[in-house]
Amino acid sequence: MSQIWLVPAFPLLGFLLNGFFGKFFGKRFVTIIAPAAVGFAFLQSLILFFEMRAADGHRLVETLYTWMATGAFQVDVAFQVDQLSGLYLLIITGVGFLIHVYSIGYMGEEAGYYRYFAYLNLFIFFMLVLVLGDSFLLMFVGWEGVGLCSYLLIGYYFEKHSAAEASKKAFLFNRVGDFGVLSAVMLIFITFGTLNFNMVNAEAASRLEAGGILVTVITLFLFLGATGKSAQIPLYVWLPDAMEGPTPVSALIHAATMVTAGLYMIARLSHLFVLAPFTMNMIAVIGAATALLAATIALTQTDIKRVLAYSTVSQLGYMFLALGVGAFSAGIFHVMTHAFFKALLFLGSGSVIYAMHHEQDMMRMGALRRKLPVTYFTMLMGTLAIAGIPFFSGFFSKDEILWKAFSSPLGGGGFWLVGFVTAGLTSFYMFRLIYLTFHGESRVDAHIAEHLHESPAVMTVPLVILAVLSVFGGFFGVPHILNFLPNGIELYFEGFFAQVPGTSHGSAAAEVGLMIASVLLAIIAWSLARRYYATSLEAVAILRERFQLAYRLSLHKWYVDEIYNAVIVVPAKLFSTFILWKLIDQNIIDRLVMLPGNVARGIGSGLRLTQNGMMQSYVLIFSLGAMLILGFVLL
Amino acid sequence: MIVFFYVFALASLLLALGVLVFKNPIHSALSLVGTFFCLAAIYVMLNAEFVAVIQVLVYAGAIMVLFLFVLMLLSSNDNDQYALKLNVPRGLAVATTGVLLVQILTAFMDPTIRFGEPGAYPVERIQEIGSIALIGQLLFTEFVLPFEVISILLLVAVIGAVIIAKRRVS
Amino acid sequence: MIPISHVLVLSALLFSIGVLGVMLRRNVIVVFMSIELMLNAVNLSFVGFARTMDDMTGVIFIFFIIVVAAAEAVVGLSIILSIYRTRKTLNIDEFNLLKW
Repeated sequence: MSQIWLVPAFPLLGFLLNGFFGKFFGKRFVTIIAPAAVGFAFLQSLILFFEMRAADGHRLVETLYTWMATGAFQVDVAFQVDQLSGLYLLIITGVGFLIHVYSIGYMGEEAGYYRYFAYLNLFIFFMLVLVLGDSFLLMFVGWEGVGLCSYLLIGYYFEKHSAAEASKKAFLFNRVGDFGVLSAVMLIFITFGTLNFNMVNAEAASRLEAGGILVTVITLFLFLGATGKSAQIPLYVWLPDAMEGPTPVSALIHAATMVTAGLYMIARLSHLFVLAPFTMNMIAVIGAATALLAATIALTQTDIKRVLAYSTVSQLGYMFLALGVGAFSAGIFHVMTHAFFKALLFLGSGSVIYAMHHEQDMMRMGALRRKLPVTYFTMLMGTLAIAGIPFFSGFFSKDEILWKAFSSPLGGGGFWLVGFVTAGLTSFYMFRLIYLTFHGESRVDAHIAEHLHESPAVMTVPLVILAVLSVFGGFFGVPHILNFLPNGIELYFEGFFAQVPGTSHGSAAAEVGLMIASVLLAIIAWSLARRYYATSLEAVAILRERFQLAYRLSLHKWYVDEIYNAVIVVPAKLFSTFILWKLIDQNIIDRLVMLPGNVARGIGSGLRLTQNGMMQSYVLIFSLGAMLILGFVLL
Repeated sequence: MIVFFYVFALASLLLALGVLVFKNPIHSALSLVGTFFCLAAIYVMLNAEFVAVIQVLVYAGAIMVLFLFVLMLLSSNDNDQYALKLNVPRGLAVATTGVLLVQILTAFMDPTIRFGEPGAYPVERIQEIGSIALIGQLLFTEFVLPFEVISILLLVAVIGAVIIAKRRVS
Repeated sequence: MIPISHVLVLSALLFSIGVLGVMLRRNVIVVFMSIELMLNAVNLSFVGFARTMDDMTGVIFIFFIIVVAAAEAVVGLSIILSIYRTRKTLNIDEFNLLKW
């Protein structure tokens, strides 16, 4: 019988042990327990993966217990492994394990070592719950949990003001998204009477009118949640700030796993989404726009992690574009390859940062390739992958997306063009990163330059493994026209996702043509980057002068944060201060609360005047009383 | 006959107003004495001679003398402070009293008032027995208990007055 | 024969003058005197009723009222004497400790 519960149980156990006993038992204990927990989870995930492939309908379900049962509504705590969650399991535990091992080296000198690993294990646990849950409720538990762990880990250096601010920002933007998810869950419950994914997918077509208001509203709310979790417009601004956290955290959470949660949710409910073409269109538009916007910002950033952060936002945009045009398997394929090369790139940059004693500004790097050869080589592999150079993993997945964006009934030339331009920009800024960091003249501070050496094996081995995956991982999804391997991804997901009505294979010639075009663009962008950054930076300075406005807009992230601040934050603060606080809270509510007291006091001070100690006023009161009584008696 | 009643009634009212109005308390006291005399006259007209005599002897003769003694003992030269002032509480007092008066008069003038059965001592019988003798009889037979209690009350009052007014030897 | 209503009217008038005196005068002894006036007004109405009803109970009652009035006047005046020793004034507005 499938023991699905083991997969999340290992990391949970790891969290408990590290969290409660880590400090007591010391570094050695934590170093062994934390990666081992994820390692065992990975092994169990492998077992389950093959079990799932062999099972009927490619689905394993394990019900643990009934969570709540009231009347007709019942929610169980149950785990489900199917094509989608099986793949995610492998990615999460596999890449997660490599990152845990890497962290042993990277975080080795940190004070809160055990705390870091405890949170990291907890994150893996919640992420696993998210993808294993068979109902909205359980998924939402995981959803919130990863948000929490993201907050804890971004704010790992909580004594640093910017880190605390960044973690708060991440959590708040997530929260806005969560509002969307919850609203959608409520609507789904009202419509379907159940929250189980399989049942919702099965009954979607019968209960909801295609293209109707209800399904559009539900899916838009879900997409809102996805934009929060997966950093799309308008809720993406937390991700660049999240780079305040340690680099392995950025690799795991903000590249490979948590940010793909939104994609997971939409892919999981593909049957629901295909009923709402408006929402799909919206997803594609926002995905494309985000991809382009983030790429333009990445062009000018000098912090190595910021470039990668915006790159992540941009690549996530690609994935949403894929989902938006109905290319679900292509989108998930890109999730997988992106996990490989983005994690690799982040860990590689972490290796550079580690060697540079936590210097992150690329303008103070340069010519590092001799000192950090393994890091250089693996990062180069990752860059080739992300740029879409043929036969690396990114090439296959990105091209599939671009093709589907062009050929799908929900897509079109416009989408393809945006993706195409963004691919060019991606290639440019990624090679820019490589050249600025590893080539050219050394701008490294002399003091640091003396001690530059390659990172220890515990950090470089994961880099190498990820590099191998980045290079060869794409061969799972070779498109049909190239036909030297079956398209593993398509076969894998056969029958799982909903089909957009009207999908056809399209013209093979067009596909090849577009493929060649994007490869050419990637190479041109590479050579441009080489021209401007590989040797000296004078040419770039001239370019900067010529396009000052564009440069400034890009450098300052199109002032989005400032706009948000002015339009949302400042009015909210003013409203809260002057209306909610000063007017309502102080004047109205406080006065209401004090009212009984004040009334009593008023009456008291009025009545007190009758007790003035003067006998004659007392007599007056007697006579008044007598008068009243006589009046009653006589009348 | 009834003219005398009106005369004495008017006089007593005027003298009572005098009690109210005079600044000097001695004048007030003397007005009160006059009121008592007028009332005594009215009592006589109502065939209550004994009461009239007691009124003059005890009230006017003893109690008012006591008042006058105390007044002489304690009076000050500044009598302006005791003048009647008129302000809101006092106005209210006057109004209340006015209303009370009206109410009492209404009660008294009510034509539906029924008196009870006449008692056992019409005027002739009183004159037959003798007014003082009758009162003495009643006091010592029918009303003996209140009579005894009254005597104790007087005793207590005397003792109390002596104790309260005694000058503390400090 | 004096009609009882006349007597009662006079009694009521005297009584209200007494009440006014209690409430308006500020010399405490004059206040006491007004109280005596009120008692007398009551006496008058008792006498009137005794007359009309041919009942001696009224007269006996007056007897007692006079005795009680005397006792009360005595005690009251001794209290005033005692207060005067501390306060040195007979102005009733000064006797205002009976509050709260």
